[in-house]
Amino acid sequence: MTDPAPHPAAEPGTAAAPILEIENLSISFFTRLREIPAVMDFSCTVMPGEAMGLVGESGCGKSTVALAVMRDLGKNGRIVGGRIRFKGRDLTTLGDTELRDIRGKEIAMIYQEPMASLNPAMKVGRQLMEVPMIHEGIGAAEARARALEVVSDVRLPDPARILNAYPHQLSGGQQQRIVIAMALMSKPALLILDEPTTALDVTVEAAVVDLVKDLGRKYGTSMLFISHNLGLVLEVCDRICVMYSGEAVETGAVSDVFDRMRHPYTQALFRSIPLPGADKTTRPLVAIPGNFPLPHERPQGCNFGPRCDHFVAGRCDAADVPMFEVPGQDRHATRCLRFAEIDWSAPAKAARAGEKVPVGDVVLRMDDLRKYYEVSGGLFGGGARKVVKANETLSFEAREGETLAIVGESGCGKSTFAKVLMGLETATSGRILLYNQEIQDTPIEKRSPETVGSVQMVFQNPFDTLNPSMTVGRQIIRALEVFGEGRTDAEREARMLELLDLVKLPREFATRMPRQLSGGQKQRVGIARAFAGGAKIVVADEPVSALDVSVQAAVTDLLMEIQRKNRTTLLFISHDLSIVRYLSDRVMVMYLGHVVEIGSTDQVFSPPYHPYTEALLSAVPIADTHVRKKRIVLEGEIPSAMNPPPGCPFQTRCRWKHEVAGGLCEREVPPMRTLAPGHQIKCHLPAAVLAGMEPVITIAAE
Amino acid sequence: MLKFLLRRGGTMLLTALCLTFVVFFLTNLPPNLEKLAKSEASVRMSDADVASWIERNGYGRPILVRYGEWLGVVPGWTNTEADGRLRGRCVDRAPVPAEAPAYCGLLQGYWGFSTFFKAPVGDKLGYHLGLTGILMFWVMMLMVPASLLIGVLAGMREGSRTDRVLSTFSITTTATPEYVSGVVFIVFLASPAGFQLFKGSAASAMDGPTFENFFLPVLTIALYGIGYIARMTRASMTEVMTAQYIRTARLKGLSFGAIVLRHALRNALIAPFTVIMLQFPWLLNGVVIVETLFNYKGFGWTLVQAAGNNDIELLLACSVVAVFVVLVTQLISDVGYVFLNPRIRIA
Ligand SMILES: Nc1ncnc2c1ncn2[C@@H]1O[C@H](COP(=O)(O)OP(=O)(O)O)[C@@H](O)[C@H]1O
Ligand code: SF4
Ligand code: SF4
Ligand SMILES: [Mg+2]
Repeated sequence: MTDPAPHPAAEPGTAAAPILEIENLSISFFTRLREIPAVMDFSCTVMPGEAMGLVGESGCGKSTVALAVMRDLGKNGRIVGGRIRFKGRDLTTLGDTELRDIRGKEIAMIYQEPMASLNPAMKVGRQLMEVPMIHEGIGAAEARARALEVVSDVRLPDPARILNAYPHQLSGGQQQRIVIAMALMSKPALLILDEPTTALDVTVEAAVVDLVKDLGRKYGTSMLFISHNLGLVLEVCDRICVMYSGEAVETGAVSDVFDRMRHPYTQALFRSIPLPGADKTTRPLVAIPGNFPLPHERPQGCNFGPRCDHFVAGRCDAADVPMFEVPGQDRHATRCLRFAEIDWSAPAKAARAGEKVPVGDVVLRMDDLRKYYEVSGGLFGGGARKVVKANETLSFEAREGETLAIVGESGCGKSTFAKVLMGLETATSGRILLYNQEIQDTPIEKRSPETVGSVQMVFQNPFDTLNPSMTVGRQIIRALEVFGEGRTDAEREARMLELLDLVKLPREFATRMPRQLSGGQKQRVGIARAFAGGAKIVVADEPVSALDVSVQAAVTDLLMEIQRKNRTTLLFISHDLSIVRYLSDRVMVMYLGHVVEIGSTDQVFSPPYHPYTEALLSAVPIADTHVRKKRIVLEGEIPSAMNPPPGCPFQTRCRWKHEVAGGLCEREVPPMRTLAPGHQIKCHLPAAVLAGMEPVITIAAE
Repeated sequence: MLKFLLRRGGTMLLTALCLTFVVFFLTNLPPNLEKLAKSEASVRMSDADVASWIERNGYGRPILVRYGEWLGVVPGWTNTEADGRLRGRCVDRAPVPAEAPAYCGLLQGYWGFSTFFKAPVGDKLGYHLGLTGILMFWVMMLMVPASLLIGVLAGMREGSRTDRVLSTFSITTTATPEYVSGVVFIVFLASPAGFQLFKGSAASAMDGPTFENFFLPVLTIALYGIGYIARMTRASMTEVMTAQYIRTARLKGLSFGAIVLRHALRNALIAPFTVIMLQFPWLLNGVVIVETLFNYKGFGWTLVQAAGNNDIELLLACSVVAVFVVLVTQLISDVGYVFLNPRIRIA
């Protein structure tokens, strides 16, 4: 990818002492019911200057390991075995005072929610200055000078102003930079990052990751980088440790594990994520069958056994599996008995290739749709009313059986558009034609049951959209009633069971309560409900982004299959370009309420690009060592929709702006131009410049 | 901010008008007036006499007009007696009846005439309110620090022994009404039956409050509030202590004391602050009981006398004061909340 060159100190053969050495660590949480063994027999070593990635699905114990290193497991968590050695000292036996000296000074930690990690009632500057003041005993003036320096190191504009701000006055990206700055204030030897960018937009994430890499190099800090995103780990780390259900299952140099993995779980993980080259018809994703075992339900023997394609009864389920060294490689180890016997290059089996769906007539057309919101100023009612232009001149059409992806970062107007289409909001101007019927001014309560049933939505968070006190079957039947499906209760009951079959849930799930389902199963119920009224158009708003990677593939697959069967038009809203590339026929890119580019997937993913699309493509982490990406880091923040810049919406961050003569970008909103049949972009760039654009992503020969 | 205050002021005024009208209406119901007539003139009046008395003393006018009189936006009633003497609501406000003002109500600073004190309400109310003010001041001085301290100590280590002891204490004190705790204190701390450390009557405190004569009434009122506010503070503190930013502070290497003082305290006090201000109206409740119990002639005592003696104007005045206290404390709590919480401090 960018430059996976290892840090100098990590070069094999150097006899430096490790910074962090975790040996056979076991951690349990004690609840009233039982002991939950969250982490078992976990070992890993981090050398000076090295970045170690820790990946795995949620609940596999990544954060628990990190918190154990910080010795902050809470009241009910305890280290029940093993050692954690930091610079040779055993952390598991340190007393409170010694721990305090190490925390913040020698080891610092950053976690997911930046807003929640900062004290809301204390100015940013004081929160930063505190660190060296307690650890190095320096005065306020000196600490402030240090804070200024570190804040400029994390590339925040106007450090003096930022030090005087309260956390809520900063954007999410800025807050996360402050959290990073705070961690670096006393120049720690080890930095633990627990999903540091999960809550951020892709372009912001790319900038933060870039920063973390540079700072790690600049300060010589070792890192323990926790993520569920393999692409990010590839960008940041030298070594990787894959966890599954409380155990490390494979560890080694990033290039070894990515290209020569020796554990079936690692391989399955890579096969379930959409990498360039995957395609929904020819090379579909392979989901990992079954579910992740809960800590107290782990099987005998290998934890991955029940889901493993290479499982051999009598061997794999006989006894706990230890780590085996993979010979001939640098500290590469796997927790698989059969690693030497398995043919690792065999192609994934059972990748049933579906046939391509022919695209039909136009079913939905938007014409110059606008949606403005009026918001009042501050809490005290002061300030003028402001207009938020959530959607500006949206025009496109979608055909039967087609997947149209809508891509953009938070606040670009994706969800507003969905609301207007669903009738949850009415349009400010413009037209929405559903089968040649205008629906832009008809709110949902005035729509006929067929119209409501034919346009349905699948939401991002399956946890919020199901009624927690109603059985799954009942919720689906409710939806059938609302859409006027079925004449008798028995008919609806039968239809409900068919819908469960459709989303591949066992029929006995009809009597379950939502809380008894996993995230992926809940999302399936959400999908069943959306298709209850025979939906012709389904708006899927980030349907898989709250799910784990191995489940994402299964849910995506399901959506595609139902689409093929019902010839549904799928409007797939997402910020994840990898999945968009994998499953959509056409892509629409939005920025600040404008459609900046629209075209077929191939057209959008290859040059000429709209400058924003280009940056977006470059920001997406890709978990493939053969991919070379051009690095385009977007500086600055996404402007507020309340106060958009004049002229082109993207002009504040565009790196091509200087190619347009006469400052046109700052004065005029560019018109929609057609570059090729079906491919339009909203940009002033001259044709020659567009033609000269290079691809962002190239795949090196194997 | 100014606009906010103005708007809040407007709503408050409207609320105050509505509430006082309700009180006015209730205190001036016919049975009350009849009772008043009988106590002012003669107990053995016939119904016809009562009606004529009510008519002659201005109580017969429509309720809204009378409410207006009381506010001072409608001219006061006047009546020429059979003997040619001019009588009226405002007549006694001037040495010579001819010079009497047409309007006399709240707006003119006239609170009415107290039949109990046999003096204008305004003259008396001020003195008694002042006494209660002193009492409340000391209650606050005791209650706020004590309850915050207890709440913070209990909440900073949820489930610890300190927490359990202090929480039990708080629950006990809120569950004990003032008339129980007051009597218990008097029996055990101020009577020959127990330790005679304090005085059981606060009558002498009206001239000069001392620890000996004043501590028990103050403690009795404060105790109830202490339990309540301490529990709010504890809830707020335990929530803050589990926040991510407290973990951040811990992982910075801060000591427990520094975490509590620098990071937790301010955030934990935002919620109780509102509660403290909203406690004021509740305390009035305790004031009534405690002042009667300890024979301290403050606002609560006045209220009891007014109600007991069917002194309509005095009762009205007391209600106005109570409504005013409730509304003002609510305003202070809102404004204070905004100042403590930088997240909603909006220009
Ligand atoms: N405080 C706790 N009490 C009980 N169980 C816990 C607690 N914290 C984590 N666990 C359990 O430990 C396991 C590992 O969790 P975690 O380390 O948070 O995983 P990850 O960070 O990989 O998502 C999970 O099964 C989780 O339910
Ligand atoms: S030990 Fe057996 S079950 Fe476990 S990963 Fe290896 S082959 Fe699969
Ligand atoms: S119009 Fe100008 S500023 Fe906007 S994207 Fe094109 S080149 Fe960039
Ligand atoms: Mg985690």
